[in-house]
This record gives sequence, C-alpha cells and structure tokens, in this order.
Amino acid sequence: MSRYRIPGHGRVDHGAPVSFIFDGKTYQGLRGDTVASALLANGVHLMGRSFKYHRPRGTVTAGSEEPNALIGTSRGPGRFEPNTRATVQELRKGLVTESQNKWPRLSFDIGAINDRAYMLFSAGFYYKTFMWPKSFWDKVYEPFIRSAAGLGKSPTENDPDRYAARYLHTDLLIVGGGPAGIASALVAAKSGARVVLVDENPEMGGALLSDPSVMIDGAPAWEWLDTSLTELRAAGVRLMTRTTAIGYYHQNFVGLCERLTDHLDTPPADAPRERMWRVRADQVVLAQGALEKPLVFDGNDRPGVMLAGSAQTYLNRYGVRVGDNPAVLTCHDSAYHAAFDLADAGSRIAAIIDTRRDVRPDLTDAAAQRGIRVMQGHTATGTKGRLRIKSVRVNPVQDDAVGKPVEIACDALLMSGGWTPSLHLFSHTKGSLAWDADSNTFLPDRRTEACQIAGAGRGLWGFGPVLEDGVNAGLAAIEALSRSGNPRDLPVQNDRLGTGVSHTELPTDLSAGKAKAFVDFQNDVTAKDLRLAVREGMRSIEHVKRYTTNGMATDQGKMSNINGLMIAADALAKQPPQVGLTTFRPPYTPTSFGAFAGYLRGQTFQLTRTTPIDPWAEANGAVFEPVAQWRRGWYFPKPGEDMHAAVARECRATRASVGIFDASTLGKIEVAGPDAVEFMNRMYTNPWTKLAPGRCRYGLLLGEDGFIRDDGVIGRLSSDLFHVTTTTGGAARVLNMMEDYLQTEWPDLNVWLTSTTEQWATVALNGPNALALLKPLVEGVDWDDFPHMSVAECSVAGLPARLFRLSFTGEVGFEVNVPARHGLALWTALIEAGKPYDICPYGTEAMHVLRAEKGYIIVGQDTDGTVTPQDAGLDWAIGKAKPDFVGKRSLSRPDIVAKGRKQLVGLLTEDGSKLEEGAQIVLDPNQPLPMKMVGHVTSSYDSAALGHPIAMAVIEGGHDRMGEVVHIPMPDGVRRARITSTVFYDPTGERLKA
Amino acid sequence: MLLIHCPYCDETLPELEFAYAGEAHIARPVDPSALSDEEWRDFLFIRTNARGTHFERWRHIHGCARFFNAARDTVTDRFLVTYKAGESRPDLTVKESAE
Amino acid sequence: MTHFSAMSLLKNALTGHKNWREQWPDSQPKAEYDVVIVGAGGHGLGAAYYLAKEHGITNVAVIDKGWLGGGNTGRNTTIIRSNYLYDESARLFDHALDLWDNLSQELNYNVMYSKRGVMMLAHNVHDVQSFQRHIHANRLNGVDNRWLTKEEAKAFCPPLNISPDARYPVMGAALQMRAGTARHDAVAWGYARAAAARGVDIIQNCPVTSIRRGPDGAVIGVETAKGFIRAKKVAVSAAGHTSVVMDTAGVRMPLESYPLQALVSEPVKPIFPCVVMSNTVHAYISQSDKGELVIGSGTDQYTSYSQRGGLPLIEHTVAAICEVFPIFTRMRMLRKWGGIVDVTPDRSAILGKTPVKGLYVNCGWGTGGFKATPGAAHTLAWTVAKDEPHPINAPFTLERFTTGRLIDEAAAAAVAH
Repeated sequence: MSRYRIPGHGRVDHGAPVSFIFDGKTYQGLRGDTVASALLANGVHLMGRSFKYHRPRGTVTAGSEEPNALIGTSRGPGRFEPNTRATVQELRKGLVTESQNKWPRLSFDIGAINDRAYMLFSAGFYYKTFMWPKSFWDKVYEPFIRSAAGLGKSPTENDPDRYAARYLHTDLLIVGGGPAGIASALVAAKSGARVVLVDENPEMGGALLSDPSVMIDGAPAWEWLDTSLTELRAAGVRLMTRTTAIGYYHQNFVGLCERLTDHLDTPPADAPRERMWRVRADQVVLAQGALEKPLVFDGNDRPGVMLAGSAQTYLNRYGVRVGDNPAVLTCHDSAYHAAFDLADAGSRIAAIIDTRRDVRPDLTDAAAQRGIRVMQGHTATGTKGRLRIKSVRVNPVQDDAVGKPVEIACDALLMSGGWTPSLHLFSHTKGSLAWDADSNTFLPDRRTEACQIAGAGRGLWGFGPVLEDGVNAGLAAIEALSRSGNPRDLPVQNDRLGTGVSHTELPTDLSAGKAKAFVDFQNDVTAKDLRLAVREGMRSIEHVKRYTTNGMATDQGKMSNINGLMIAADALAKQPPQVGLTTFRPPYTPTSFGAFAGYLRGQTFQLTRTTPIDPWAEANGAVFEPVAQWRRGWYFPKPGEDMHAAVARECRATRASVGIFDASTLGKIEVAGPDAVEFMNRMYTNPWTKLAPGRCRYGLLLGEDGFIRDDGVIGRLSSDLFHVTTTTGGAARVLNMMEDYLQTEWPDLNVWLTSTTEQWATVALNGPNALALLKPLVEGVDWDDFPHMSVAECSVAGLPARLFRLSFTGEVGFEVNVPARHGLALWTALIEAGKPYDICPYGTEAMHVLRAEKGYIIVGQDTDGTVTPQDAGLDWAIGKAKPDFVGKRSLSRPDIVAKGRKQLVGLLTEDGSKLEEGAQIVLDPNQPLPMKMVGHVTSSYDSAALGHPIAMAVIEGGHDRMGEVVHIPMPDGVRRARITSTVFYDPTGERLKA
Repeated sequence: MLLIHCPYCDETLPELEFAYAGEAHIARPVDPSALSDEEWRDFLFIRTNARGTHFERWRHIHGCARFFNAARDTVTDRFLVTYKAGESRPDLTVKESAE
Repeated sequence: MTHFSAMSLLKNALTGHKNWREQWPDSQPKAEYDVVIVGAGGHGLGAAYYLAKEHGITNVAVIDKGWLGGGNTGRNTTIIRSNYLYDESARLFDHALDLWDNLSQELNYNVMYSKRGVMMLAHNVHDVQSFQRHIHANRLNGVDNRWLTKEEAKAFCPPLNISPDARYPVMGAALQMRAGTARHDAVAWGYARAAAARGVDIIQNCPVTSIRRGPDGAVIGVETAKGFIRAKKVAVSAAGHTSVVMDTAGVRMPLESYPLQALVSEPVKPIFPCVVMSNTVHAYISQSDKGELVIGSGTDQYTSYSQRGGLPLIEHTVAAICEVFPIFTRMRMLRKWGGIVDVTPDRSAILGKTPVKGLYVNCGWGTGGFKATPGAAHTLAWTVAKDEPHPINAPFTLERFTTGRLIDEAAAAAVAH
C-alpha cells in the first residue's frame, strides 16, 4: 500500500482492495474510494489536461464540483462515457478509465503548445480573427478550432443499459444529507410527516464525513451520524443516496437523478443504470451546504494545488494524505483544520500562508503546537513544477506593497478562498439573492416556492450554528405543513467555527499581464481575460461570462462564478450585485441523457396504436407505415412483388371483384342528444336537418379561419344520434374542437360527445362483388331501402354491427363497424366468405390510389391548412342556407374571395409520365429563377385501372383553366401536363349504382 | 410542471392531465356575419398576451374533460384562481386585499 | 473602432492586450433621436446598423430593458437555414442567408457562420411528401435543398440511427448545404460594435415603459426608466415582450408568448458534423464549436414570460434525441435554459409598418428568429428609413390577419390523413 494511504483511517474498507485501470496502467484502491482518491493514494496528481491551453491538471476538489479531473470511464461495449468526474466515480472492480484532451499522452501533450501562445488566445480572440480569406472559415479555421475544442470523446456505440423513471409524492423533501439536512429530517420525522432526504454522495453525512473530530450531542460526529440515520430510518424517512437533485421546478416539483449501478462491480442484469425521480413535495428544505472557493494567483492550476477542504476530505474520508509536505494558502480559518488534520496524520506542513495579518490566536497557537510555521499577511505569487507542484513563491504584503519573495518547497498546495453558499436549486426557482457585504457573498432573499434554506447555504459556518439552523428549517417546514414539532438541542463540542476574508486576484510583485491566474480552470479563463473583457466594454457579468466563457465549463461556474464576479466588479469599480450574477440553470450537475429519456426509448418512445386486425396483417406479410400514432398496413406484397406491383394488384383486384381494407384507425365520435342535429349544423359546413335517420353524408369541418380541418362520412342513426367519422390523425383534434364549442360556446345545447374510435373495428369492403359477398352475412337490413350513403344497425357474420354503405373507391362499398373485440373475427369471416370472389386485402397505398382515381381528397395531403372548401372544389358541401357554422364568416374575407386562389384540379401529363408529389407548377417554363410558381402536385399515382398515371394539384385559378397546359420544371427537364377534372375514373358514377 | 386545480373535480393535479386552451373570455360572436373584417380578425387573432395576470382556458383533458378558466400570473406561472366555464371574470383585486 | 485582424490581435498580444478599446460605449440617452429602436437583440441592433450604414440615419438609439443580446439572441440554438416553402418566406430567409454569408467581413467581427448543412428528417410518408414539396419549391426559388436517401443521410451524419425498427424510422431527409449555425452572442456584439462605430447609441438597462403618441396620433417618443426620449420614429423589436410594448401605443397584436427551452451537453470532440432537425419527433441538434451538443425543444403549451419551462418537455426532447441518435444516451446534459418566443397565428413574422404613423414592428418570429436576423434587420431599416415596405418584407404585414392572406408554413406541413 502506498505511503499516502493511512492504514485504518477514513471510511474506506481497508480490507477490500479494488484494482482499476487509468491510462492503461493498473492501480489498486479500496472499496469506498473514488477514482480521484485512489489515484491520490497512489501518489498520482496529474489527471487531465485543460480545455484551451492543455495545461496539466490535477484534482482541485473532492466532489461533484470538480472542474479538472475529468476522465473517460468504461465497462465493456456500449458502456463508455466521457467527462466523468474522477472525484465522483466510485471504484468498482474492472473499472477502466482514461485521461482526456491529450495527445499523445497525458504527461506529454502536443496540444500544450497553445500554452506557449497564451498571449494570442486571449478572451474572445476568435471574434477578432479567422475572417480572412472568407472561405477558410469553413474549411480550415473552424475544423481546427473544433478538433482542438471538446473534452472527452463521445460514445460511439448504442447503450445497452436501461433507464427508469418514477413519481414520488411527499410532505417534505430535504436536499442535502449533511448536518443541516439531517437535523431538519430529525425534527420533521417526529411530526409524522412523510420525509425524503436525498444526497448526491454514496453516503449521508456531508461535511461531517470530513470532520470526525467534532462531537455532537455528546458523541463523536460519525457515531452521532450513525445514530441519527438509524433514527431516521426507524421513523420511516426515505434516505436516498447517490441521488442528485438536478432541478427545482414550478410548485415544488423537483427532479432527482439516482445513480444505481455505476458503482457496482457486477450490476444485476435487469437493473436500470439510473432513475429519474419526479418528486412533488409540499415543502422543501434546501441544505446543500457551501462550496470552497479557489484563490486566484499565478500558477494556481498546477497539479497538487487543491482546495484545503478537499484535502481534508481526502484525508478523513478516504484515509489519503494528498502530500508529504503540503503548504496551505488561505484567507479563511477553515484551512487551518485541514493543515492540523494532515499534520496529525503525519504530513509535514511546509507553511500556512495566510493573506490576513490578524489570525485568531487559538489557530496560531494550535499551529505552533504542531510546529507549523504561519506566515500572516502573505501572498502567493507563483508556483513551480511541471506535472506536479514543487514549490510556491510567497511574498509578504505590507500596506498593499508586495515584498520580496521566498520559495517554499511543497508537494501540494492547499488553498482556501472562503466559502460560497450553494444556492443553485434556489436559483432555479427564480428566488432572489441578496448581496451580503460582510461575508462578500450572495445569500437567499425572496422565496418563490414553499421552501426553507438551511445551514451553510444561508452563509452559516460551524457545525453548531448549522445544526441549529437545520432544526429550525425542519420546524418551519412542518409548521407550514400544519403539523407541530419540538425543537431539538444538538450541542456541539470541538466545533470548527471560523471566518475569513475574500479576494479578487491575490496581490503580486510580478507583472499582472504575465500572470496565469486561473479563475475557470477547465475553460482556462484567467483574471486577465476577465479584465480584458471589461476593458472591451463587457459590463454585465452575463457579457463577461459569455465573452470569456468563465463559468461555462462542466462545473457550471461552481468554482469560478464568484471569483469571476469579484474580479469583474473590481475592474468596473462597482459592487458585485451591480454587475449581476449569472443565473444557475438546471441540472445541478451534468446528468445523463438516458436518465432524462427514462422509459421513452425504442418502442416505448411513443406508444404505437394498432387495430384489432393488426395481428392478421402482420401474419400475412403486410408492410406497415406510421400514420399519426398508428401503424397501418401499407400494402400486402406477395412473394417477389415490390411495392409498385403489390399496389397495382390490390387496386386491380378491388375494381375487378372485391377488396378488403382495415379502416379501424378512422376517428369515430358519437354525437347524441336532442340538440345533436343543431350541433352538427353549427360545427360542419353541411346541412344536417334534412338528413334522414338511416342515411349518411360527407361532412366537412373548417377551422374558424375558414380553412379545411377535417372530413369524413357521418351517419345519422336516429333523430338524435350521429355517428361521425374523422381522419385518422384528426380524431382527437376534432373531438377537442367539438367539446370546446359545446362546453364553452353552446352550453345550452343538449348534446353528448363520445369518442368511439377504439370501440369500433371498421372493415371496408369495396368492389363489384362487395354486395354479393356481404349480403348473406347480414341480418337486419332491408336491402331494398339501403342505397349508397345509408347506415343501419344490424348483424354481420353474427356480430352486432353498424353497417355503412359508402365508398371511398368509386366501387360499391361498405364499412362494417363491429365492437373492437370482434374486429379480427369479422375480418377473418369476411376473408373466408370472400374466397370465392378472390377477395384481396389492400393497404393504405392502394386506398390512396383508388380514391385519387375518383378525385376524393385526403385532408392533409390535397389540402394543407390553407385550403378553403371553394379551393378544394367542395362548395357543394356547404349548407348555403345555414346562417352560420364554424368558419363561415372567414370565407368572406377579402383574400379568401379574391381571384387567383389555388384550386384543386386534376393533371395528366402529355407524355404519360408520372409526376412527383410536391412538384411545382409554372405557366412559363422559360423564366429565370426565382420562378413564379402557380401551384403544386398534391397527389400522384400510377393508375392500374386507367393504364396511365394520374395526379391532383392545386393551381392558381385552376377551376377556370380546365384543359390548359401547365409546366412542371424538374431537374431532368420540363413536364407538360393538362388540367383536368379531378375525377379520372367512372366520372358519371355508374359503378356505384351497381 | 405546473399544478392545476380543476374546479369541476375540485382537485389539484399535475399539468400533464391538462391541455392549455388559449385566452379566456373571448366569446364567439352571436352573429359573425354582422361583423366587419376587422372585428372578425380581433375575435380570431388578437390576444391580450398579458405579462402578469392572464385569464386563460384549460381543459382537464385526461380527467373530467371539462374546459375551465384560470387566472395565472405569466411572470411567475402561479395560478391565482381557477373557475368554471361560463363564470364571469373574478375580481382579483378583492381577493388580493382580503389576503 | 479598432479594426480586428490577425495583425491587430498579434500586436495587442505583444502589449498584453492593454490597448483594446471598448467595443461599444455604454450610452446615456439623448433628449431626441430620429429613430428609437426598442429591443437590443440581434434584430434591433442590426436594424440600427443598417439604418446608419445604408440610409445614413445615425441619430439612432437602441434601448433595452436589460443587457444587449440578453434575450432570444443569446438563448437560441443558432440554426440558420432558408429552405422555407412559401415564396414569401424563402425570399426573406434567403435574403438573410446572403447577408449571413458575408456578415463576419461586413461587421469585422467573426460571427462564426458555419455552413455545416441542415438536414431535416422524414419519418413517414407525409413527411416525404412535404419535404419533396419544399425541395421542388426551393429549387424553382433558387434556394438550395436536396433529397437524401436514408443511407445518404447516414453517410452525411454518422450518428444517425436509420434502423427500420425505430419507432419512427428515418425514410430520408432534406438537406440544405448552405445552411448551418453561427455564434449567437457574436451577432449581437458585432452589430452593436459596428452600429456604435457609426454613431448609434446603445442604451442598456433602460426599460421602455410606454410609447407616446401626439395629438395627430403619430409617434412622438418613448417613456423610459431614464425619462422621456423624443423620437420621430419608433421601431419595436422586442420579441416576447412586443405585445406589452405595442399595447402602450394602442396597437393590439396577434401574438402569444410561449416558453421555449434548449439545452447543451458536456463538450466532446467533434462527433456531429451538421444540424439535424426532426419535426415529427421534435428533435433539433447540432454541435457547437466548443464541442457541446446544442439541442432545441418545442414550446411549452401555455403562454409565459417566466423564462422557465417544465421538466416533462425536456424529458421528451432528450428522449427524441436518443431515439434518433441512440449513441448519445450516456452523454450528459450540462445546462438547459428557457426563452420567450412570440408566436403569430400563422407562425410567420410581422415585419413593417403599423396603423400608427411613425411606429414600426418586427416580431412574431416564433422559434425561428435567429436565422432571420440580418434579413429582418436589413429590410426593417429600409422600411423605417423610407416609411414604405421593402419588397421582401411587404407580405409580412399586420393586415394579412384581416384579409386572410396568411403565410402559414406550419399549416402547410399539416399532418392529417
């Protein structure tokens, strides 16, 4: 075991070694380690390269705010992910990791040449150059910039893992399982409220895990933690670890991402990798603690330079000393405790360099007892060491004058620039922050949601104050829940109280222009960049951030925002709140796409609606097409047939004898009640009053803007009952529209609307033999009084049915509706009965061809939401005598009655070729671009019945251009086509009368 | 995801059960043919688009299926009140002063 | 104005970048301007620039309630394309594309217009028909757009899943090669710098509280947080807040403002070579120069000025991306945010004169305003300068909602059957 690991120390399992691979080399860590702690235990500080300058970097933190130590992690095929924070990834057996953004290797990276050209790559440099010659941007500059940018590599294989999602309703959600959150939970749980406590770490405890020497309620911190968690579990509190509250949405809706398997050696085969919890809580307590700030000075990014509190965490939680002789650089008391703990664990502290002249005597005494030199009123002005810090340059500061430097040798530098309350989730709620000049930080101000903020998040410091605040937040929450609770006294001994000051850049005796004092480590933004942005006129923090990219790295400014703001404010000679604070956006930490997608993947991405007849279609080789949410049989190819051949055969068979079609996807709405006919009159363009029961009519529905929305055949079953059919995709819209008018405009009408789309299976039979086939199977229809456009309730093949006689093909046609559960039985009965007639199942494509031969429109194909009834040649469907119907008023608007609107016509090419759907039509094919287009082809098919292709089109003034020739310029030449009627086949309708 | 109180079900339920249905209190004219093109345009297209209190319609589409009205602050997205279709616009100043 | 060039960059680098000057001054309002533009986004700043450059009108102020470029200009997914169906739209967006093509050089500011190609996926027969119609219309309008088979689409964008087993399998795609992306902030900053250099005042953090009209009904100026500013002409280019501003002039607008969300992933090395849009599954994605996958969502269902959106919509957006690009499930979302988009009944913009003399409006861009920026700004400047429509913006009137001559791209792509 490495000399950096202290046997028996920390919360790792010293009896359980775990080996893993980093950059091809096998290392050993312990169960409970993160990759970062295990590497540090092996004396490895160099873990990555920065974004722009490719500078060598080590870990800065011990948590999810890590900006530097980003690695690729993998577990076999399809299970690679880039940019994983080494400080968060737990060790598991066989974990393979690699460093990023380097070539050829981490310790020697060609990209570091950028670091030499540092002066060129100042903030916003790319806005000022790369513009000449123009063509170089796409071909040279941008590809170069892109390949230099990015961090890790994207996954390239499909992910075999599953992701899950759940809802959770609770009285109280507490975010953050540190002392404040636990204290809140303890008092809230006693009230009987349902409490959920979540923490992003593998175990609860937060800062307590890094400070075992504190005594709470008479017990050592970790013992108190165990007792408290046992108490919470006993009280039924749901404790969720490895669970990050990623976003705080309206009305206490909080998204949690729970990581389930990334830490397991061998995940259960059926376990989801992550689970998104969508929590609705009556009350929320935000106890997210505080984040330590780095100090800004030249060379503050060298591997080995890290936050003091994180070094303390590595020591106390993982049993790892981050160095043999670390130096400490601080402006806050907290770093002294990191130094003391490390000294007590055997490290030799090179020095504590404190920027403050005055330091609490008990701290300096405690340092003296340990033989640690404290350099008060000093600054750091540089560091040395190529891949790991070797020394820090330290100068005294007296009355703003920086004195002569000394070099202090060290193998780590632990810095503390003070602490920033973690208010990200609070910020998601648009809660306002107030600048606290005393502590130089933003604190929560006005709340917009039912939440409490507790502990270090409110700027409190020390376990005593934080625990007390947690208790109070818990009490406030349960009081808001109209429950009562009792205060709880949690006395703390050996507390580590402290204060500090705050800095912009540390004072230096060197040229500020030469300093590489990093503010955003990952994005390589220096203090100088921020000041340059201000010099160039960026006056708000939002501009400074975007111009420099400060705060836009994968830590989302957790390390850099406040330092950036302080420096920008200083450059502007303003108070920080006048410069603003960039808004924190969800997610709190980067969250996998899979967790957001959850179950919405593959066939469960969106449900697929299938008809009762779908299994037959599948078994009989149908090719399907998606239509709205449905899948529909597109055509039924026989062996050796392509689509063209199959469709032609289906069309011929239908016209020759009989075809059968699954029309179950058509929307169906039952309109019932004494005022049903009045309602229909108002909704549809057609007149309905005189439609006799037992008869049907083509119905046309407009939007209030006068454009065609939907159509379908509507049967009147009795004086007060209509069976409305709609288009497949329009069913829900039409019902919604009907309900809207009925409920809100005409509540006086006594009408009920019921969606029956799923209740009926609908089978269409079309062809000259349709009647002969059907007749023997039908009971209860008077065939002498059942002409085209009739409807009856009867039985078909022994099944209760609503039988429509109608046609969408021009042949004698029927639509048989039976209860959905009988759909397949009806279909198979008709197929069986149809055998003597060579009955032919046809799909949606043949249906389209057959209807086009008759000029029947498809709403959404021949109309597009800008077509009026007149445009579509459907004037006849308008009840002229009706005073009003939906959309009627719009039909008299000036541009709707104007000449030259595009109107639906037929088109036949002169050379007999088939036109492309969507092809544009012009009158003069010799005009230059842009051409004046007068319309387009809406439908185009090969017609087996006619032996030549047919097309429908909308053409300006088309109805007055019958017989004229128009031109369709295609890439391979201009087609000529003659404008015709849209009815190509059986124009007199003889076949319907058969 | 908003929480919405359905005045018919008298329950507060997640937004996923509801469909937004545009501005409220825009009654369809009794006799559209009597309207000028401008008046008809106003009915069809002109919307308050209030920044602040907005009177709007929702439908409890995956519940009771009823349309109802709501007053919502479009700056905070907070619902001030929901009420049944056909009821007149509530006087929110009274409500606020009572609080 | 310091001219930007590789040489000036080098020279300044050698002097520690101490000599760069501010790109635009932080102006205080004068008492009177020839033109006041409300809204300092790309559209408003661009209009000011073209007023100064092409029409010699330099006594212009652009006023914003916040920081310039802080609205939708800085919140969108930066997609630029012009393959619209209708002649009116194609002309307007293609005019913009022409201006985009030279914008970096024009402004002496690298806006990083990247002609990466925009590919729109067809997932069903209806999509195929609709895209073919677009492609044919674009061809005759001189707008580039071509059909790709699904195999060609995959070759153009390797992460694409073209498996026939997908819930919405890819049936092909329409590709506009001249389309792409640009760096959104740079557009606002570049226009601001260039406009300021020609004398335009940019007044930030100064909410316009109302538009004032004189006794004859004509515009006389704007009331602001910094007092009354007299103006002969006022152009409102305030995106989601247009209704509120126009209302103060007594003009009620056919607009509704909706939240629109977008997100980025963590940055990775180049993996995604183009822009892909899928209207059927609602997925819009590209990769930024920085390496982040930039992903757009649809609008939330309710109107809002909160710049917040809900989680369910984001879940669906990410799911759509993972459906079309399954290799991305282990990528991580870094940040998501919301903007406010103003939507007209026909989803096309309103751009030009209003019933009030001296008052002009540029709004209603919905989810597609960024791509129009130079075109909208250029033609708005013309209209403001000459008090008459530009041939390209002439169809985009307010009157069309009265007469019924709508420009309904969305309806043209209507799905029914």
